Amino acid sequence: MLKYTLRRIVSGTLVLGIVSAIVFAIFYILPSDPARLACGKSCTPELVARIQVALELDQSLPIQYGRFIKGIFVGRTYLENTDAARECGAPCLGYSYQTDLPVTQLLVDRLPATLSIAIGASILWLLIGLSSGIVSALRRGTWIDRTSQGFALAAASLQIYFVGLILQFIFVDKLAWLPMPGYTSPFDYPLDWAKQMVLPWVTLAFLLSAIYSRLTRSGMIETMGEDFVRTARAKGLSSRDINLKHVLRAAMTPIVTVFGLDLGSLLGGAVITEYVFNIPGLGKLSTEAVTNLDLPVVTGTVLFAAFFIITANIIVDLLYSALDPKVRLT
Amino acid sequence: MSKKISSVVGAPIEGRSPARMAWERIKTDRTAKISAFTIGIFVTLALTAPIFTWILHTSPDQFHPETLDPTFGTNPLGKFGGISSEHWFGVEPRTGRDVFLRFAYGARTSLSIALSATALATVIGVLVGLISGFYGGKIDLVLSRTMEIILAFPSILFALAVTPVFENVLEGWGVPTGNTTRIPVMIIVLSMFGWPYIARIVRGQVISIREKEFVEAARSIGATRTHLVFKEILPNLWAPILVTVALNIPTMITAEAALTFLGAGVIDPTSDWGAMLLASVPFYSVDPTYTFIPGFGLFLLVLAFNLLGDSVRDALDPRSSR
Repeated sequence: MLKYTLRRIVSGTLVLGIVSAIVFAIFYILPSDPARLACGKSCTPELVARIQVALELDQSLPIQYGRFIKGIFVGRTYLENTDAARECGAPCLGYSYQTDLPVTQLLVDRLPATLSIAIGASILWLLIGLSSGIVSALRRGTWIDRTSQGFALAAASLQIYFVGLILQFIFVDKLAWLPMPGYTSPFDYPLDWAKQMVLPWVTLAFLLSAIYSRLTRSGMIETMGEDFVRTARAKGLSSRDINLKHVLRAAMTPIVTVFGLDLGSLLGGAVITEYVFNIPGLGKLSTEAVTNLDLPVVTGTVLFAAFFIITANIIVDLLYSALDPKVRLT
Repeated sequence: MSKKISSVVGAPIEGRSPARMAWERIKTDRTAKISAFTIGIFVTLALTAPIFTWILHTSPDQFHPETLDPTFGTNPLGKFGGISSEHWFGVEPRTGRDVFLRFAYGARTSLSIALSATALATVIGVLVGLISGFYGGKIDLVLSRTMEIILAFPSILFALAVTPVFENVLEGWGVPTGNTTRIPVMIIVLSMFGWPYIARIVRGQVISIREKEFVEAARSIGATRTHLVFKEILPNLWAPILVTVALNIPTMITAEAALTFLGAGVIDPTSDWGAMLLASVPFYSVDPTYTFIPGFGLFLLVLAFNLLGDSVRDALDPRSSR
């Protein structure tokens, strides 16, 4: 188990390394002139020159990439041995062109808003998705099952930006039950934080719970026909014990996978949700950075998000063995 | 002994191919029929959009300032976003462009980008899956790792971020800027993240078929590898490929609209559903109709494709009863 964990971490780090190389190649090698691209429309030759130096684009590519990687692990100094020398501690992802702040600090500043959305929404969608899926599976073929699965299918076909705008129109603009979504620190103003987060949570949970409901239902129905369930019944276990301890547990494996991946990609930035509700999280940071072509911030957010996805993948694989006794990791 | 086996009633039992059985199952499926009909309406609307230009005596790009409230010149006059006999779905705030025509032309853009991206992703996915599954070994290792790496990318974020870079590269080759670069870039980006899903499924299927007797038989009489892959294995894969494609189209439609909504897609004056939703954001509280129309259209189309995809899967695989 320990060996497997270590191997997964090593291979995960390797994948992250390759992802970083690809990201680096796409943003620093592919464009004919990254400095010009980053400079935007109202650009002067002086500004291009400044960005070129600040990015160290005058150096050869291997040196650039080497310094980029070095910056992440041990930190780096920009423009070493000049008056403009600038220390950038590990993990260093460079400085934003727009604000001149370290990218790492920007990421850390924006993380709480994204965390708030992701955690709140995931609790909600798991609750709704699992419970409606369980009820559907136990009452298969009844009107409860048909209604909830019909809802799930419809919800799975809806778009966050559409539902978000409609809900905002109803609950904020017309009924005025909720304030405009946004982010305040839960430690300073917990009530405001919750009120502002309700819409993003509900919107995300509404759409995502549909997938979990369908997964739970089909997983449970499939497991109910298996031999070990019949054995459990033959042993004289109560149907409550069978359904919760045997059937649900076996049906959980695919749900854990999907949940881990969903949560992982959400932590890297709930891009659309944050964009619609104007919430200053990682997703909003990345869309702003793309609009302004703020390359260091773009690479930083992409890498950060990839880190979450890869970590989620590893955790999911490890949880597999804990949940499913049929899976033995070596 | 008669060659034809007769059933008890006397009528001969016909041999039916799996394809025919699936088709017969789908023909009796009411959900499949309704969703196919809905998709048909949207496709017809997209194809016949120019006819409506002629009927309505206006174009999707023509401004109609007379339909807007003269006080500020932004909000449409009349209820529900200015719906009238001339403007069936109302007019766009600020410009007064006809929403119905923009919706019809938007269906064109959205569908053609989504379908092209699905087609490209399917071709790449099937080819890579076939090669990876058939050859195995080092080739499989490299291709599988590639898929893993692509799946580790935050897709929306990355697609958003590479669009300006790809545009810059195309511009460097002398391609004019605007939608002539945006649309191909979108198709490339969407298929780039779509093919690994298809490849994974095809690869798994190939591995299980590769060792079957009929492949072994073909190999023993000296069939070439190309023959084995394309003539022996591929024809057995059309069912899973069809299901994947059917369920891939709605994903692509959604992704296309999302990219455009986030500003990395089709740009004005070309109409697109994602672009309409994006344009409606500043006006959603004063003119919700303008938000509702493209959003609901998107919902209906995606739902129809999802339902049809489910029906196709159930028809091809009778065990997966819902």
